[in-house]
Parts: sequence; structure tokens; C-alpha cells
Amino acid sequence: MKLTTRKFDALIIGAGGAGLRAALQLSNADARVAVVSKVFPTRSHTVAAQGGVNAALANVLPDSWHWHMFDTIKGSDYLGDQDAIEYMCRAAPKVVYELEHFGVPFSRLDNGGIYQRAFGGQSQNFGKEQAARTCAAADRTGHAILHSLYQQNLRARTHFFDEYFAIDLIKDEAGYVLGVVAFEILSGEPIVIEAKTTLIATGGAGQIFRTNTNALSNTGDGMAMALRAGVPLEDMEFVQFHPTGIAGRGMLITEGVRGEGGFLINGEGERFMERYAPQAKDLASRDVVSRAIAIEIREGRGCGKNKDHVLLDMRHLGTDTIMKKLPGIREMSMTFLGVDPIEKPIAVFPTCHYSMGGIPTNRDGQVVVPVKDTPEDPVPGLYAAGEAACVSVHGANRLGGNSLLDILVFGRAAANHILDFLKENRYHRPLPQASVDQALERLSRWERKGDGEAVEPLRRELRKVMEDHCGVFRTAEVMQEGVDKLRVLRERIENAVIRDHTQTFNTARIEAMELENLMDCAMATMCSALGREESRGAHSRVDFPERDDERWLKHSLYSLLDDSMDYKPVRTQPVTVESFPPKKRVY
Amino acid sequence: MVMPDTRTRWRCRRGMLENDLLLGRFLDHGYDSLDQEGRDAFERLLGYPDNLLLDLVLGRQATVDSGIARLVPLIRAATADRPEA
Repeated sequence: MKLTTRKFDALIIGAGGAGLRAALQLSNADARVAVVSKVFPTRSHTVAAQGGVNAALANVLPDSWHWHMFDTIKGSDYLGDQDAIEYMCRAAPKVVYELEHFGVPFSRLDNGGIYQRAFGGQSQNFGKEQAARTCAAADRTGHAILHSLYQQNLRARTHFFDEYFAIDLIKDEAGYVLGVVAFEILSGEPIVIEAKTTLIATGGAGQIFRTNTNALSNTGDGMAMALRAGVPLEDMEFVQFHPTGIAGRGMLITEGVRGEGGFLINGEGERFMERYAPQAKDLASRDVVSRAIAIEIREGRGCGKNKDHVLLDMRHLGTDTIMKKLPGIREMSMTFLGVDPIEKPIAVFPTCHYSMGGIPTNRDGQVVVPVKDTPEDPVPGLYAAGEAACVSVHGANRLGGNSLLDILVFGRAAANHILDFLKENRYHRPLPQASVDQALERLSRWERKGDGEAVEPLRRELRKVMEDHCGVFRTAEVMQEGVDKLRVLRERIENAVIRDHTQTFNTARIEAMELENLMDCAMATMCSALGREESRGAHSRVDFPERDDERWLKHSLYSLLDDSMDYKPVRTQPVTVESFPPKKRVY
Repeated sequence: MVMPDTRTRWRCRRGMLENDLLLGRFLDHGYDSLDQEGRDAFERLLGYPDNLLLDLVLGRQATVDSGIARLVPLIRAATADRPEA
């Protein structure tokens, strides 16, 4: 078969904020850049980020990058790498001003400066008064950033492979990553995209959970590609959940509803949060509320015919309050559940929102792996940024406003390092045919006909296993059972078949390959969560309820080979300032 | 019956879960009853940026495109009428 081959200096997989920020930096420096995206770039999940970007501009209240750094480390429950966090917080004002120049329409103060709003977890003076650090473009900051970056890339003549699906990385025997094998979704034709450097920016893997807030495209494709190329995934057990997602759908119902006086009830009509948090009740912290919901359901006190959710009741607030203060929530409930919350309570369940873990990188965006006694040896030619990566600035828990910042700072940093790498690596290395063939085999595997299970029921089962065994209620017993179920599923997926074998726009084949990626990310998450015998940040173990710095102040590394776990130290030494030692987290 | 082609189905993959669900549900429940004019309007709707698309479907914004305006209640009904699906 004649295979189309294209060559570039830099290849970027994924066209969200991280990928496009990197691409722009590279194109502006006259590198030949290609961006591969399975959906049209402006349909990347970055559009869904409403909140904003944190930067210590001090436009509204006094602020400093050092306070921002402290808040981020504390928020990470001391698992974040302090050198990367210092770098990010120092770079934040610069990336925000760059966005301003790219045309992002930030909300403004009367004096013309960028408006900054206060978010949870932000403080002045290392944990004292509330800070106002989040720069926003109304409630659609992600949308504004993504569209501006896309426009800028068109101007800079970045080459886009729109609606191409990346199958696997190409890697030679010396360990260099040399591009990717992909296929064009329109024609089904495979293509080899050779590149001196490859950046993975494919976003998170929220779709491994049945209830999640992520777009359907967030199937962890880049994370799974890294795993298959022998790169372990870091800290995958840390998944941010929000207690009140619309049951069976995933979209968030904000805390504002409970703030206004809405409360949760179980299948017996009981306000159960009074038992779990007698003082704060329904306004207890997110993890406490999430776990309480999970326990009620596990113990048979759920609502509905399957007893698989609880209810968020706001009827007592009255029509006026709901219409005036919560119109958006009412609209969501009516649209997605057919339920008017003035008349009936809303079915809710904890929903997965963000993956803190991902492909391990240093603060230059280089993918790093343990080699002998070195915990962080760079993989030549391979980079990662954004939610797909774990740099790790979020550690065990991410602060609001830090994810857009992460994609911008480290998309840019990776691009700068790529430019240095390109100066020293001027020529393409020979293409390793064996690696190309292996990727093509992954594609042709789905040509197989005959008997076998269908993809969609397997996907549903996978997501349910993750929800039941690796959600907010985690014990060794529950998760070991989950690992066993995932192993069985993995074998069943290996034998699955698709019925549609056409070449043009074969969405069945894409969904099948996404399922394989989900499978790898799910196993990484479950094994990492089972391994970590403590509660830290978003990872909460019922059987190990305390943080254990003596044993567990370290990063998890999951390898696909034998589903094995390894660990590496947290980088507790910042670049220029004193380290922040672990303390009990109190807000 | 007119089934959405796979290209249309793929272009209903959006950046936001809300749009994924609304459009996906409509493809399965409603799209087949559209005439050519309706299908053309649906293609135009898919060309909108995600935030605007959601605003239109949720009725937060109006459109002068009468073809798209006719689609909006159909798309909403496809989701709201099937809460258990």
C-alpha cells in the first residue's frame, strides 16, 4: 500500500488551547508546524471553560505571583511540583497580556484594566484575605481564547489537518519520537506525519466515567498513545468530581442552588446531609457532599426505579426566587431532564470534571520517564501540555482558573523548548517502518469481521465500572473488584468488532479506537487509585481517610506493561524562592 | 426515512457536552422527519460556534435564520421528551 507521508518540524496533536498556543509560538518563529485534530479546531473542549485565567495582575486587589504560588501549592495538597508552579505563576501575567494582544475580549474595569474576579482558594498574604485573581471574558473565556488563538494561527499559516484521527506515535529504537500515524476521517486513508518534534495536547479523559461534564471527544487519546509508546501516566488517581451533576447526563448544577437554600434528599425523603455534616449540611465541601451521595446510593437509599441518584430539591424556594436567581439552572433542568424545578426536584449524581494526572513532563513540556536511577529522563522529540499532561501544577487538586493558565503557560513553554531542540536537530531521522506498521495494525484490526461484541455496550459497561468502583467512594475492596472487572473488559474489547467497514466517515471505527483509548486511561486511573493508600486532595479513600506525607508525598506512575505502579519524588524545591513545606489544609 | 449521514453525525461532535447531547438526541429522534430545507438549516446550525449554538437552542438568543428558528423547538423536544433515554 502506498502511504502518504508529510514532513514538518513540529507536529501538534490536539487543537485546544494548549495545542493552539504552542502552534502559534512555533509558527511565529517560522517553524513548519502541523496541527492534527479529530474535530474542527474551534470544537475543542477549551470552549467549555467558563471561569477564567488566574494571574496576579493586582488590578482589583493587591496581589503577587508568590501568593498565587502559595495558593496553588496548598490547593494541590502539596503534591504539585513547586518549580513548575513557580514558573507558571510568574509567567501568568505575561500570557494574559499576550492574549489581550491576540484579541481576547477580556471584561474590563472602569479604568480600562482587565477585570478580575474572586474565586475559591485565592488569598492575599499567603492564606489571609480573599484575593481577586481571575481574568475573564464574561462567562465564555475558553471560547474567546480558543477562537482568538485559532485566528492567530490562520494568520501565522499553521497547517491544519482537520478531522484527522491520530492512531499512534512513531518511535525509533533510540527512543526518539518522530511523528504520528493518523488517518483522514473523510477518506479513511492513513497518513504518516513525520516530525522532528511531537507535542501531545489532546486534553483529558473525563469520558471514562459514566457521569461527567466533558465533551464526548474527551477520550484520553493522547494519554493512551503515550502509554502504548512506553510512557507511564502520572497521578491518574486524582480526578476532580463535582457533587451535583445532572444524573445520567453529567452537566453541572452549580453550588449556587445549595447556596440559595436548595437541599439534597434521598429515596426515603430524608435530608441526609444533616447526618454527614451537622453544621454545614448541604454546603459542606465538595468531596464530603459527593461521598455522602455515593454512600446513600450504595446503602440502598437512592431515588428512582434503579435507586441510582439522589434529588436536589429547591421547590421550597418558591417560583420568584427560582425565576430571579436560578433561571439558568431551571432552563438546564427543563431542557435536559424535562423537569421544572419549581414543581419537581432534580435528579443528581457526582460528576467527573477534570483529570489532574496525565503524561509526565518537566516545566519545559518535555515528556519525562524514569530510566534506571533517573526519575525524569526526557523522551527526545516528545512533548505534552494541557490536561493531557501532568507537569504537575495541580497536584492532587486543581484550583479554579488554573487550568486555562496551565494550557497557555505550558503550551508556550513547550514550544520554546521545541525551538531549541530544532536548532540542534536539524534533520529528520530515518523513519522506523516497524513502528509505522504497528500503528497501521491498530487501524486494520477493526477491519476484522465475524462474531464479536459491539463497541457501544462495552463503552457503557466500562464507564459504569469506573463510576461504581473508582468514583468518589474508594476502598481497596471496591477498587480491586474494579481492576478485575476492567481486565475482563479489556479482553472483551480485544475481541470486539464493528459492522461498518466503509472507508468514508466511518464513525464506528473512530468510536472503536476511542474505546481502546478509554480502556487504557481507565485502567491507569483504577490501578493508581488502588495503589495510593491515603486521602489527598481529590483522591479520597474510605479505608485510608488521612493524608500520609511520610509514605505518600510522591507521584504515582502507571505503566501499561503488566499494569505496574512506580513512584517518583515530588519536586518540592522551587526555582528561586523557599519551599512551602506540607501543612494541614484548612480553608 | 432520511437518516443522517455519518459526516453529519461526526460534525455533531462538539466542544461542549450540552451540545453533544442535544444534537446527538436530535439525530436519533427528529432528524429523519426533516425535509431538505430542514436538513440544510441543520447543516448551517452546525457551522455555528458552540456557545452561540447552545444559546440559540436554549432560546437565550434569537436568530433571523427562519430555517434554524424552526429547528430549535424540535431539537429541544428531542431531549426534553426523553429524560430516561
